[in-house]
Amino acid sequence: MKFIVYRYNPDVDTAPHMQEYDVEVTRGMMLRDALMEIKRQDESFAFRHSCGEGVCGSDAVNANGSNLLGCTTPVSDLKEPVNVRPLPGRPVIRDLVVDMSQFYQQYRAVQPYLIHKDPLPEKEMLQSPEDRDKLDGLYECIMCGCCSTACPSFWWNPEKFYGPQALLQAWRFLADSRDQATEERLDALEGPYKLFRCHSIMNCVEYCPKSLNPTKAIGKIKELMLKHSI
Amino acid sequence: MTLARRRFDALIIGAGGAGLNAALQLANANLRVAVVSKVFPTRSHTVAAQGGVNAALANVFEDNWHWHMFDTVKGSDYLGDQDAIEFMCREAIPTVYELEHNGVPFSRLDDGKIYQRAFGGQSQNFGGAQAARTCAAADRTGHAILHTLYQQNIRARTHFFDEYFGIDLIRDEEGAILGALTLEIETGEPLLIEAKTTLLATGGGGQVFRTTSNAHINTGDGMAMALRAGVPLMDMEFFQFHPTGIAGRGMLITEGVRGEGGYLINKDGERFMERYAPNAKDLASRDVVSRAIVTEVKEGRGCGPNADHVLLKVDHLGEDIIAKRLPGIRESSKIFAGVDPAVEPIPVFPTAHYMMGGIPTDRLGHVVIPSSDGSEEIVPGLFAAGECACVSVHGANRLGGNSLLDILVFGRAAGQQIINHLKENPEHRAMDESSVEQAMSRLSRWEETGEGIPVRELRDEFRKVMEDHAGVFRTDEIMSEGVEKVKEVREKLKDVRLGDQSKIFNTARIEALELENLIDIGMAIVLSALERKESRGAHSRPDYTERDDENWMKHSVYFKEGDRLDYKPVQTKPLTVETFPPKPRVY
Repeated sequence: MKFIVYRYNPDVDTAPHMQEYDVEVTRGMMLRDALMEIKRQDESFAFRHSCGEGVCGSDAVNANGSNLLGCTTPVSDLKEPVNVRPLPGRPVIRDLVVDMSQFYQQYRAVQPYLIHKDPLPEKEMLQSPEDRDKLDGLYECIMCGCCSTACPSFWWNPEKFYGPQALLQAWRFLADSRDQATEERLDALEGPYKLFRCHSIMNCVEYCPKSLNPTKAIGKIKELMLKHSI
Repeated sequence: MTLARRRFDALIIGAGGAGLNAALQLANANLRVAVVSKVFPTRSHTVAAQGGVNAALANVFEDNWHWHMFDTVKGSDYLGDQDAIEFMCREAIPTVYELEHNGVPFSRLDDGKIYQRAFGGQSQNFGGAQAARTCAAADRTGHAILHTLYQQNIRARTHFFDEYFGIDLIRDEEGAILGALTLEIETGEPLLIEAKTTLLATGGGGQVFRTTSNAHINTGDGMAMALRAGVPLMDMEFFQFHPTGIAGRGMLITEGVRGEGGYLINKDGERFMERYAPNAKDLASRDVVSRAIVTEVKEGRGCGPNADHVLLKVDHLGEDIIAKRLPGIRESSKIFAGVDPAVEPIPVFPTAHYMMGGIPTDRLGHVVIPSSDGSEEIVPGLFAAGECACVSVHGANRLGGNSLLDILVFGRAAGQQIINHLKENPEHRAMDESSVEQAMSRLSRWEETGEGIPVRELRDEFRKVMEDHAGVFRTDEIMSEGVEKVKEVREKLKDVRLGDQSKIFNTARIEALELENLIDIGMAIVLSALERKESRGAHSRPDYTERDDENWMKHSVYFKEGDRLDYKPVQTKPLTVETFPPKPRVY
């Protein structure tokens, strides 16, 4: 099977180029296996990967125009020749390795941690199964970046718009019955850019490899914001 | 060129559950803590833990830490140190509550308490009815915990060095550890991190085997750094095979599946665990279930065209339980085995999973060099926690749900102990430049060019040797051959050449450095395994089928220098309760 892969090493290349590789496909092969095979053929090829089972989020790439995880994408699902590129809109460090610093900054900007102000109980803070269910679809995010790097609002305003991943996290804490910082969280999302640059294009939903729905989470924040401002 | 240097109170290498829980204690105490991680922290393999973390919270049935302690000692096949086990089982309770307070989204019971499920090897009342002790966030407990710890570290302003690789520990002539030389992966530039204390928390090394549940990054880096600094590794022969990896692939199907009522069948559709463990059945401890599966396959009752696996049946649990408690398992079975467990059984086979051995420490996280007379010498300034450490609480076999517990309890304890240590040792010691040069030479060795063996070729050869010669069943003949072959591989290492000499994000260079680490710990595994002439827990020998308490109730201790083995007695005296004397293990 033919793979056409984005190559750029600033140490030796003056410009990026696409390089072709032939990989013998075996049954059950995932895109990550194919990339590892390319690495065997060509030691100089660089990409991130680790768990191999869709839980660590390292090996997000763009294949045939879609953002996806290499380790959970069967090559048999991909049309030949397979074009493999780095996640869009991020500075390329080398080959498929992109600089995700901004993405992580946005994550940190939403205060992605539980804030509880009352004295803590000796045992667990109680939470009903119904309240816990509200976190399903939110806490599973693996921070692979497939959503944010597929979002046009994120491409246009990466310094100001927080992007789907960070906003999903913002909602994960707003939705947690144990969190006691709702006011501050909503105040911190005020303004025309951080939250409101989401135009419900829904690329994030299409590309999330964990089937999460950042657009819906953003909608929930907007609703809460509205109630909060009344 | 001058070497870049940074100074911190504490350096933590590894950002999994142990490293991050230690870092959080330190950052909350306003100490300057650096966390070096070769991947972005939430990529650490703790993220893959599924089933849960044990603590006798008694949220479902009556429970107490003493019962948990009994199960852990029995599960360890009596090779675990009972003082450390007591400490872990008692500390489990405040540790889990602290995690909950930090925001871990545990699943809940109707009364709002943390959900606890049944897991293998765990009982009420010292061997009575099955216990429900494993606290779970659906089947994504590791993910929930790792992300929460990272988040709290952001709040506490821990200093992260993301995508930095630990090269070697720096030590002075008195043997004190002064920090470590690291490599910034993005730029290829070395960075010396000077620290008053250093904690190794680099996780396991499952990549020594070809088929493993471990991530690509689990290459035993911290253990190999310790070995090169003169610290031995303890109990390395005890490598747990998880009973239910997806056949041929290795991705894990959590024991929580059996905890929820799933069971194993052979090609005749027989629930074979009833023959091997009449009471606990599919919830016997992992070594027992792994051996049973391998025996079924060896005796011709395996499933599939090659009769090489068994089946894990789940569909009788119903869609609801599967969707609520096992959503991740359903997802990975569909992707990697091509089966929906709500409809069809999952093909499974034991997979290399977890190292019970590692860097010897006491229960406060100090790295110690043990000796056969029972004495232990503390390595000044060095701590270890998590899978890379051997406290030792798992002995010859680890209970499911005790790995997250081990990394969290001992990571937390190490963090607290480092705070004490820093109060008594507030100054940096003088840097030892000769040790820095030695570490730098390990890096520059990979600048040698010319004809040679490619990294991948030797890695493939090595991993095949390990799989063939240190698998589930081990005979004298197979393993003697294994030791020779690993020696040959180690010899060839000097002929390995790196083709790619560029500096920017050179993953080939990282893989070369990882290969050195893998081979060092591979040698520790095969040598310790060859010499232990008994079957105990995860170490199973057809030529010595019985557990031999008279000669082998002791820990193995492997030193890299001269490939020397020593032994140390098992600590059978707990802290406050009576000793559990060895008994035959019946499940």
